Amino acid sequence: MNPAPGRARGLALALTFFRVAASTELQYRVNFLLSLVQSVLAVGTSLAVLGLVFAKTDSLGGWSAGQLLVVMGVYVLVGGVIRSLIQPNMQQLMSDVQEGTLDFVLTKPADGQLLVSVRRIEIWQAVDVFVGGGLIAVAAVRLPGSVGVLPVLAFAATLLLGVVAIYCFWLLLTILAFWVVRVDFLVELFDGMYQAGRWPVTIYPGWLRIGLTFLVPLAFAVTVPASALTGRLSGWLLAGTAGFTAALFTFTRWAWRIGLRHYTGASA
Amino acid sequence: MTVPARRPPPLRRRRGPDRDRRLTGLPGFYLTVMRTAVAVQFQYRTANYAYMIGMVVEPVIYLVVWARVAGAQGGAVDGITAGKFAAYYIVWTLVRNMNIVFTPFGWEERIRQGRLSAMLVRPVHPIHYDLAYFAGWKVVVVLLWLPIAAVLTLIFRPTFDVSALEVLVFLVAIWGAYLIRSMLLWVLGMVTFWTTRVSALYDIYFTAELLLSGRLVPLALLPAWAVTVADVLPFKYSFGYPIEVLAGDLSTRELLTGLAAQAGWIAAGALLVAAVWRVGVRRYSAVGG
Repeated sequence: MNPAPGRARGLALALTFFRVAASTELQYRVNFLLSLVQSVLAVGTSLAVLGLVFAKTDSLGGWSAGQLLVVMGVYVLVGGVIRSLIQPNMQQLMSDVQEGTLDFVLTKPADGQLLVSVRRIEIWQAVDVFVGGGLIAVAAVRLPGSVGVLPVLAFAATLLLGVVAIYCFWLLLTILAFWVVRVDFLVELFDGMYQAGRWPVTIYPGWLRIGLTFLVPLAFAVTVPASALTGRLSGWLLAGTAGFTAALFTFTRWAWRIGLRHYTGASA
Repeated sequence: MTVPARRPPPLRRRRGPDRDRRLTGLPGFYLTVMRTAVAVQFQYRTANYAYMIGMVVEPVIYLVVWARVAGAQGGAVDGITAGKFAAYYIVWTLVRNMNIVFTPFGWEERIRQGRLSAMLVRPVHPIHYDLAYFAGWKVVVVLLWLPIAAVLTLIFRPTFDVSALEVLVFLVAIWGAYLIRSMLLWVLGMVTFWTTRVSALYDIYFTAELLLSGRLVPLALLPAWAVTVADVLPFKYSFGYPIEVLAGDLSTRELLTGLAAQAGWIAAGALLVAAVWRVGVRRYSAVGG
């Protein structure tokens, strides 16, 4: 295994990778418009559904229309992070494992897991991060009563934890490629599952809720941050989220090392 | 491992020369292509299954949300109970599978890589190949769908009230839906003859379809003006109408006028395909070949 580099060096490395990847993407500017069209259509559809649901009822599983708008904003924002940062890197990793080109990463004198996680960025997909952020801001302003400093801080913290949890989940899925080689269909399966995050996981029946909380950590990525901002997050839940994410991260780190032992390289 | 084929393989087997005459030609062609599709797609049953399971998440989300709303409103939304919603979205999964046809995004590859050339030298219009291939695939899809439907039925307890006529109309209507969507997406795909910057156009089309076909919500829940718009568009005849034949309470008159409307859209689709193809194919020049 590589010796662990200093934190500062790791960060500088990640930033360099991002800069290179971003300047590659910046050449294709029409993609910005396409992402924008997609984003606007998706958000418009979601708003239409919210409108239809709340034309028939005043609250859904204890959430008001305004609060669900926060959930939707977080869903769009986290979706943007996944599509711009997490998914491109993981798909690159899948194909590297299949083709044996992961050799080029592993021979570099830096932490392997860090390198495979920062190599690519699809910058135009990040449009959703801003659209989602805008939705959250609009929704938060319209919530009855002003949103305090504490909920905002809790929101920022849980959002970060949620993104880490989703990243770990994706890396765990991708690590499966060390054993079964072809895992592309998992991408489609995850895309399908992620849609469930559009609504708070509390509205789903028990078995599905547990799956969406622990198997696909959607609850931590979307519902918990939205709960934080709407003032429904207890200290216990915050501590639980931190604990779960830390445990998941440690487990992922361990699984990555085990997976690497099964990697046979290009010459096999 | 092999890659799941999204692209149909070339035809190998041909009927004997005496079977190739005009009258038996086209049905023979369909039968052969369908048989090939069944054989190919059955090999990729695992990939097909993973895809179908991913697809089931969408209606389950809609179903859970509307069942919740029905519960909060004392059991029904606009007269639709949780059990009716369950019936709607379970039939949805079959109709959604019937709606899978050659994607308009596939046309870019067909044109750019010159794959269309091989289709042009055949003595039948190329749409027949797509129609036959995807129809054959449906045989596999429906077989794989049965266990999924059984599981969904056990979990969500739909209420069905089905007459023999409804079943009969449904069996015809799902194929009508298949034909309508095949032809409309073919026309949309042919836009690629003129420009390859099509994805924004397709996104807009698919969003309109999602909202006005009955895929997102049963059309009865839309505001009145949207229902009027949906009535004059073809989308609902390839999605909402077949579902409501089985899961809703349409009168005999509504059942039959629906079929008539489907026939009308099939005819319109066929005319459009023929007309656009005629103009579009002149702009086609294969690269390399």
